[in-house]
Order: sequence, then structure tokens, then C-alpha cells
Amino acid sequence: MQEFILPANNSEMRLITLLIPLLPFIGFLINGLGNRKLPKGLAGLIGCASVLGSFLLSLYLFFGFEGYGNRPYTTQIFDWINVANLQIPFAFQIDQLSLVMLLLVTGVGSVIHIYSAGYMSHDENFGKFFSFLNLFVFSMLLLVMGANYVMMFVGWEGVGLCSYLLIGFWNKVTPYNNAAKKAFIINRIGDLGFLLGIFLIFITYGSVSYGEVFNQASQLNQVNDGVVIAITLLLFVGAMGKSAQLPLYTWLPDAMAGPTPVSALIHAATMVTAGIYMVIRSNVLYTLAPDTLEFVAIIGLATALFAATIGLFQNDIKKVLAYSTVSQLGYMFLALGVMAYSSSLFHVLTHAFFKALLFLGAGSVIHAMSGEQDLRRMGGLKKVLPITFLTFLIGTLAISGIPPFAGFFSKDELLAHVFVHSKVMWAFGLLTSFMTAFYMFRLLYLAFFGEFRGTEEQRKHLHESPAVMTIPLIILAILSTIGGFMGLPAVFSQNHMLGNFLSPIYELARRAVPSAFEAHHLSHETEYMLMAVSVAVAVVAIILAYMIYGKKKSIPAEEGATLSPLHKLVYNKYYVDELYDAIIVKPVMAMSTGLHRFVEKGLIDPIVNGFGKATLGGGRTLRFVQSGATGSYILMMVLGIALILLLNFII
Amino acid sequence: MLTALLILWPAVAALLVLLVKGQGAKKVAFGAALVELLLGIYAWIGFNPADSSAQYLINLPWIASAGIVFKVGMDGISLLLMLLTVFLLPLIILSTFRHNYERPSSFYALILFMQTGLIGVFTALDAFLFYFFWEVALIPIYFIAGLWGGENRIRVTFKFFLYTVFGSLFMLAAFVYLYFQTPGTHTSELSAFYQLVLDAGTQSWLFWFLFIAFAIKMPVFPFHTWQPDTYAEAPAAGTMLLSGIMLKMGIYGVLRWLLPVVPLGVSQWSTVAIVLAIIGIVYGAIIAIRQHDMKRLIAFSSISHVGLIAAGLFTLTEQGLQGVMVQMLSHGINVVGLFFIIDIIQQRTGTREIAAMGGITQKAPFLTVCFMVLMLGAVALPLTNGFVGEFLLLMGVYQYNAWMGAVAGLTIILGAVYMLRMFQRVMFGETNHITDVFTDLTFTEKAVLVPLVIMVFWIGLNPNTFLNISEPAIGQLLNVINR
Amino acid sequence: MNEIPEVIRTIPLNYYLFFSTMLFCIGVTGVLVRRNAIIIFMCIELMLNSVNLLLTAFSAYRSDPHGQIFVFFIMAVAAAEVAVGLAIIVMIYRNLRTTDIHFLNKLKW
Repeated sequence: MQEFILPANNSEMRLITLLIPLLPFIGFLINGLGNRKLPKGLAGLIGCASVLGSFLLSLYLFFGFEGYGNRPYTTQIFDWINVANLQIPFAFQIDQLSLVMLLLVTGVGSVIHIYSAGYMSHDENFGKFFSFLNLFVFSMLLLVMGANYVMMFVGWEGVGLCSYLLIGFWNKVTPYNNAAKKAFIINRIGDLGFLLGIFLIFITYGSVSYGEVFNQASQLNQVNDGVVIAITLLLFVGAMGKSAQLPLYTWLPDAMAGPTPVSALIHAATMVTAGIYMVIRSNVLYTLAPDTLEFVAIIGLATALFAATIGLFQNDIKKVLAYSTVSQLGYMFLALGVMAYSSSLFHVLTHAFFKALLFLGAGSVIHAMSGEQDLRRMGGLKKVLPITFLTFLIGTLAISGIPPFAGFFSKDELLAHVFVHSKVMWAFGLLTSFMTAFYMFRLLYLAFFGEFRGTEEQRKHLHESPAVMTIPLIILAILSTIGGFMGLPAVFSQNHMLGNFLSPIYELARRAVPSAFEAHHLSHETEYMLMAVSVAVAVVAIILAYMIYGKKKSIPAEEGATLSPLHKLVYNKYYVDELYDAIIVKPVMAMSTGLHRFVEKGLIDPIVNGFGKATLGGGRTLRFVQSGATGSYILMMVLGIALILLLNFII
Repeated sequence: MLTALLILWPAVAALLVLLVKGQGAKKVAFGAALVELLLGIYAWIGFNPADSSAQYLINLPWIASAGIVFKVGMDGISLLLMLLTVFLLPLIILSTFRHNYERPSSFYALILFMQTGLIGVFTALDAFLFYFFWEVALIPIYFIAGLWGGENRIRVTFKFFLYTVFGSLFMLAAFVYLYFQTPGTHTSELSAFYQLVLDAGTQSWLFWFLFIAFAIKMPVFPFHTWQPDTYAEAPAAGTMLLSGIMLKMGIYGVLRWLLPVVPLGVSQWSTVAIVLAIIGIVYGAIIAIRQHDMKRLIAFSSISHVGLIAAGLFTLTEQGLQGVMVQMLSHGINVVGLFFIIDIIQQRTGTREIAAMGGITQKAPFLTVCFMVLMLGAVALPLTNGFVGEFLLLMGVYQYNAWMGAVAGLTIILGAVYMLRMFQRVMFGETNHITDVFTDLTFTEKAVLVPLVIMVFWIGLNPNTFLNISEPAIGQLLNVINR
Repeated sequence: MNEIPEVIRTIPLNYYLFFSTMLFCIGVTGVLVRRNAIIIFMCIELMLNSVNLLLTAFSAYRSDPHGQIFVFFIMAVAAAEVAVGLAIIVMIYRNLRTTDIHFLNKLKW
């Protein structure tokens, strides 16, 4: 029974564990109830302080974890749902994985909250914005801290709701509302898969608590048991929705309708990585189901490649970043698929740093451009926005995988694992990496270099953002620069900090399927070679981008310009939205009208009314029997009596 | 005595209300409903949740020569539904304070009279008594909808009345048959029905007789066509009574008078019943998407939600049945709240057309929050009441058959589609000339919605309060079914 | 059987049965085929009397007075019936100037 995760026996720990999600929740309540009544300064302060408080408490837990014996523990708050053998406590679990996620969510969350205080300062619903952000952090914390699958689902749906509320934050604008609705509904498709997965888990293992489920799975199930494959696939459907994988990715680019800090926090750094968290959390199950993992890898790779190609030709600064996010998420799933769980989480972390940085930088640019998001209207911003430019450059270098920035280490480690698994996948991964570097530098050149292409009006307003916005940029830039050192590759150091820290969470999986965890040590030569290749690919891409957009200063074609068919196909995102519209949305809508008109009003209701009509008609016909002629009545009577007597005689 | 008091007090109060002239009747009725609520809470406090049998039992001879008794009592299942009734009724009465109906004393007397019927149905332990209250509850709502309803009220209420009476006659026939099967001098007591040993063939047709009666009341696809029309035509209070409480009569009927009485019939036909229910889930939800009248939209969504409850009923799993209990409460609360909000919007804008509205959220933030919470409850967001119920129900259905569970789960997606669609078009966007003058909630309106919102979170956060009440009774019920 | 008076026994019971049945059938036929209300009325009386006869016969044969008591009841009821019935017929005649029941068809549909 050693594997069971024990409850925390330290009341201080329990209190802190409870306070971490509670603080943002209190912030949500205060800001939500006091929207428009609280002064903006106070609302911002409460919003930021609550998350910052959680961050400090998380740090405390993190550093106290070793003192606690490096042992995971749970904290039960109360019994939530108890029905017969179904016991769902409202409980939190603190282990290595949740600690890392806690730090990520509250850390990056704090930075983005501070940035928002500047970015949203002109909005009348400032308090509402912060209350939603706090609610998001609360839900995200439930997601990563929950001690069972249903708790995870609570957070999972909660972040979906917040995403809905924040994408449609400016709810006067119908397209934004549509984007919000789309995000929620597509997420719900995934959620259904997740929910069914939970049911199957409960039916199979009789519990939904992580400790119990994983313990049983590691002992009972064989590799590639049908039921484990079913569970993992269902859970993965949930992950596809939340983490925007093919074919459920279409909501994420649309989600850019929300305010930019929201895009940074929810749609780049934290919420969309929930799917990856879930797979790592369920690593025992996934390790037992290599077939699912193969599927995950293929989906991840396909998404990475697919989204990257779309990113090549987008002209909206946030859309480029959105597709880049989808693509990077695909990378992470690719890593999960080859069982490089820690590498995937490593990339989650570094990606959170540099993608949040890029989004916030883009926000700064949009802020300066008075809301303009079209790259064709920008250019030459380097001089007016020096801090933004510099930090943005760091972020771009990081995502492109140039050493020594954070993205290089995580991406390199990830690709090395893929290389071990399959050379073909590695090659495609490299291709994605090439495209990533290309479109990111295209973005950089179009926005910051060359001549300014906006209107005179916009030119007058150009200004560097206030300190409350640039300081978060600087913090994230620093993290993007040094973040990679928490996972140095083996050639540089034997001490992979992140990997070592996370190692215990795979213990059960390792015990269940020892063969899967046999180390595939690459020789140092191969490792150097892989690094060199990926850097070289990135550099070539950068040079290419420089040739086209830096030196030749070519600008993407205006709307309506004739494009080559392939270019047009990619520019229009492969018409996937139109395809979904045609094969899903329109048929459902038609079915709605059709069922109502033809089945409801044309079939079922007429049958019901038919009973009434038949009764009326019957009465109308039969009343003629009532002729009024006394003689016929008597005749009937006599015949009736005779019949009765006769029957009496016969029977 | 408490049960009898709970049943009789509203009827007595109804007579008192009849004596009051003018709009003062609503206050008297509200007071009477509050007294009833206190009685209900008193019963709750004195209730022993560990006991699975009926408490506050009263057993008086009624038609002694025929073995028919006035036997009422409450186990956990009855108690929860009684609590739902006494909780919702004051709110429903309070929600009508904004209207000045003609002949107010009759209107409020009928509402109170209906409560007698409803509580009688939920507590009766004798078949003919049950039938008696079943029809008693129908009469007031017929008059409420027929006298104070919309334009088409006569035709629609007539259809509703005939349809349900048609169904309940099947039930009566089944009861009479069962009555004559009881040994010795016949009796119509529920416990005697539970002890009957009938062969599978008999149980098979008895199942359908009872099922039709209850399915029309719930309503389950394809017996639902009275429902959207009636909901749309009835006055708001009538719609709330119908959807919030009255349709629970059908579900309760299945739980108490069908499943344990004809278990063999259930095992033969449960698949058919669940399939019908699941068709209803998807069918109702898909039709709801394109409705342009808010009330009709909620009516169709109600068909969908009730379909899930019906599916859970026939799974005969503990999760499923407990889900039924929680979801009955949740659905009652959510749907009453939503219909009330629609009534508020209709009163201020003069229309229920979704397309005619927009931007209300800018004018009425308090309303937005209440609407949002109730909507989230209806789409089963975790930590709201709807999630607990749907989670348990879907788990029950999933245990019965995984594929059915998956199809039933579509409600998760489709529910979000129609609800968000309506919410967006009504609340978001720019205001127009209709919604420009929209005002936020008044005090009485808040007094109705705030308790509902609190209940949404109470059930969502701590469903055990209610699950524990019904757990022994549900366990006992399953024992009887599996006897 | 020895308590039955000799006089009665000379006519067998079956004769009474046949006779009553015939009377009854005549009555029924009369009710069915005749159109005059008064004649129909008389035919009804005929049917009643055939039953009376039958009751008396059985009563005598079985030495049981119950049957004869019934007969008295029937005669009393028939008298009352005649009073009411004839009054109705008189009213009908005053209104319609006929007692033909084929004209009495206002109560239809």
C-alpha cells in the first residue's frame, strides 16, 4: 500500500493548500460584486495581489516539499459527491507535477495580471475583467491541484467558462461573442470525451482518485488492454478540445478576439496546456497504452505541421501567434506520444514564458497602434517601441530555437526523443521547426523593421507602453532567456533539474511497464549532431525570412489580390472552418428546423391530434344512430335483449 | 400528523384566500405558502435520514369496505420532492407580484389548491389515493392555464388536459387490475402491490399501461407534444408550476409506482424506454437550437433534460437513481428561474422573440448574473446543481450501456449550443429600441431569484445534503426491485 | 306436490308457459309494429299481464305466495304508469294532433 498517496498530516500545509485556490476566488468575488463600484486602482490591486499571494504560497509549498520528505500528499476539504461506491471528495493533491504547474499558473498568471492592469486601464469594466481573470486562475488551480479526475474536470470546465467569458469580454461585438461561443462549444465536444473517460475509469477501477486508479492500473492491466486504450483515447479527446489539436483546434485562432492579456494567459501559457498536464498526470494509463501514444504522436505531429503552414501566411499579428501556439502544442503532444513526458512539460514551461512574452509584446504593439492588428499596416516600430522590440526579439529567438534561449533546450530535448522513436517524425518535426522560425521572423521583420505603413493618425499615437506593461515583458524576457537552464541536455550536464524533480511521478508507470522506461542514451556525437541540425535549420529559416521580408521588404498581398491556388488555400486556413460549417453546423441547424417542422409538427403532433380528430369524427358519424324514431329504439332494445338472452343461452 | 397537515393546510389556505377580495389575495397566499414552507422545513428537521421507510406515517380508513385507506407518509424520496414543492411555491407566488391578474383570489386559491394535490401525490401510499391526488393536481393547473393564459389557451389547455387524463386512465386500469390481484379482501396499499407476484407477461402490459401515464406527464418522447404549446400559452406562474413541480409527478410515479411494482416488465422493456428517453434528449435539444420564442426554447430544453432523467430512471443503478433525485431538484430550480427571467424580459420588452432583443446585459447586470448562473446550471457546469445530476445520470446510463451513455452525453454539447445561442442573442450585442429602456431587477424580483441562485450553488457544492436524505430510500427501492 | 289443489293441477304448467309466452310475443310485436301510441301502450300492458299470469301460475304450483305479492306490485306500478303514460300521450296529442310515434322524432342527433 506504499504507493497510496497519504493525506497531509500537517495542518499548516493543509491551510496553505486550501488558500492557494481560495485567494483568487476571493479576488473574483470582491471584484465581481464590486465591479464599477470599486476604484480601478483597488480592483487591480486586489486582482494582482490575490494571484501574487497564491504564487508566494506555491513557492512556499515548493520549497517546503523537500522538507516534507518529497512525498506527495492530499488535502481533503469536504466530501463532495457520495453515491454508493462512488466517492468523490473535494480534495487537492500536491506532488511534483502539480507543484510545477502551480508555479507556472500563478507565476505567469501574476505577471500577466500586472500587465493587464496597464493594458485594460481604459476599460469601463475593469473590475469585471479582473474578476474573470481571478476566476480563471482559481479554476486552473482546481484543475492542476485536484486529487481526482472529477476535480480535474471541474477545473477543466471552469477554465472553459472563463475562456468563454473573456473571449467575449467585449460583448457588444457580435463576432467576439460568436468566437466565445465557438470556443465553449468545441471545448464541450472534448469535455464529453473526457467525461466518458471518467465514467470508464470509474467502472474499471471503482474509483476516480488518482492514487487509487493508478495503483490499480499498474497492477491489473496488461500493456495495450482494450479498456486502457479506450480510457486513454477518451481522455485524449478531451485534451484535443482543450489543447486545440486536430480536428478540434479551430476555436483557438478565433479566441484571439479576447483582450490580449487573455490570449497570453489562457490561450497560450496555461489553459491550453491543460491537455498536456492531463496526459502527464495519467502517465500510468498512457504508458500502458502504447497504441494510444502512437495516435497521440501522430495527431500532435500533424497539428504541429498543419498549424505551422497556416501560420506562414497570416497577416494578423495575433493570428500568427495563435497558429504558432497550436503548432507548439502539437509539438508537446508529439513529445507525449514518444513518452517524453518530462520533455513535454519542459516545453510547456518554456513555451509559457516565451509565448506569453510574445503575446504581451504583441499586445504592446496593438496598444501602440491604437488597436490595429494587421501586419501590413505596421513596420518600423523598432525605434518607437525599443523595449517591446527587444523583448519581442528575445521571444522570437526563443521560439525559433536559437541557443541559449529557453526554447532551444526544450525543443532540442523534445526532438532528440522523437529522433529515438522515429526518424520520419523527427524529420517532420524539423520541418515544423523550420517553418516556425520562418514565420516568426517574418512577423518580426514586418512589424519592427522597414517603413511605417499605417495611417498618419496611428503614427501620431505611437508610443512605448507604460512601465506596468513593460516590466512584465522584461520579466518574461529574462525567463525566456534563462528558463532553459532548468533542463540542460546530457552533453552539458548530468543534472537535468526538471527531469530529476519530476522523475518520481512516473514511478508507478515504470513499475508497470519497465521496458518502456529503459533509457535510450544517445551518444554524445548524435546529440551534438541533432543540436547542430536544428540550429542550422532555424538559422536558414531566419536568413530566408530576412531575404524576403528584411532585405527585399516585400509586403504580404492585400485582401482581394489574386494568389496562387496553393497560397490561397493556405491563406484561407485550408477552408477548415468552412468545411466544419458545411458538414456539421449547417446540417445540425437544418435538422433543428426540419425536425421541428416535419417530425414535430408534421408527424408526432398530427398523430396525437389525430386521436382527438378521430374521436370527434366518430361522434359526428355515430350520432346519426340517434334517429329520434321511437320505433327504432324499441327495435334496438328488443334485439339487444334477445342477443343477451341468446348469448346467455350459448355461453 | 405532519404529513396530513402538509397536505391539508394549502387546501384550507386556498379557501381562506377565496374570501379575500382584490389584490390582497396574493399576500395572503404568499403568507400561507411561507407557513407551508416552515412546516416542510420542520418535517425535514425531524426527519431521520438513516431510516429507509416512510416516516410521519398516517393510516386512516377511507373507503374501508373496499380496503382503500388514506395512507400517507414520507421516506427520503417523498421528503425531497415535498421540500422542492414547498420551496418553489412561495417563490412562484412571489414571482406573480408584478402582475395584477383578474380575479386574483381564484388565481391564488388555485395555486394553493394545486399544492395540496402535489404534496398528496408525493406522499400517498395507497394506489387510489395516489390517483385521487394525481387528478386533484391537474384541475387547478387546467384552470390556471385556461383562464389566465395566452391567446390559444383554450385549445392548448384542452389538449393538455385530455392528453394527461387519457394517460392516467391507463394508470387507473393498471391499478384496478393490481388491486384485484391482492390476496384476501383486496387492498390498494402500495406495500401490498410490492408483494405481488405476477408473471412476466402480465407485468409486460402493466408496464406499458403505467409507463404511458407517467411518460405523458414527464413528458418523454414521443408523448411530449402537449408540452411546448402549454408552456408557451400558460401564464408564467402556470408554466413554472408545470415545469418546476408537476412534471416531477411523472418521474416520481415511475420511481414509486412503476419500477418496484413491475420489475419484470421493467427488465423486459427498459431498453426501449431508455432508447425513447435518449431520442428525446437529442431530439429536444436539436429542436431547441432554432426556436425563436424563449419560452418554447426552454420548453424543448426541458424535454431534453427530462429525457436524461427518464433514461437514468430505467438504468436501475444507484448512481442513476440518485442522479434522478438530484436532477429533479436541480431541474425544478433552474427551469423555474429561467421561466421567471423570461417573464421579466417579456414584461419589460413586450416580447419573447429572441431576435428582437440584445444588449440587455448593459442595462441589467444583476439580471445578467442571475440568468448566467441559472443557465450554467442548466448546461451542467461543474459546481452548479446541474452538473451533479447530469454526472450521476450519465454515469448511470453509461453503466447500463456505454454507447447509450455516449449518445445521451450529447446533451452536454447541444445544451451548450442552444443555451449560449439564446443567451448571446438576448443579453449580448448592442441594445436596440426595445431593450434601450430595460431596467434592472426590482426588490421582489431579486427576492425570487436570489434563493434560486443560492440553491444552484448549494446543490452544486454540497449535493450530499440531499443525496443523504434519499440514499436509504433509493437503496430500499432497489432492494424491492431486485426482490 | 300433494299440497297443490286438484283444480289447478288439471291444467299442466306448460300450458301456462306457452300461453304467457305467446301473450308476451304478441305484446312485443305490437310495440314494434304499431304506430299509434295508445295501442303501443296497450301492448305494453299485455306484456306486463303475461308476466303477471306467469308469476301467478308458478306461485300456485309451488304454493309460494311471493309470486302473487309481486303481481300486486306490478299491477300497482302499471296503474301508476298508465296514469303518467296516458297523461303524456294526451299532451302529445294536444301538441301534435296525432298520437303516431313516427312524428315523435324531435329528439335526434
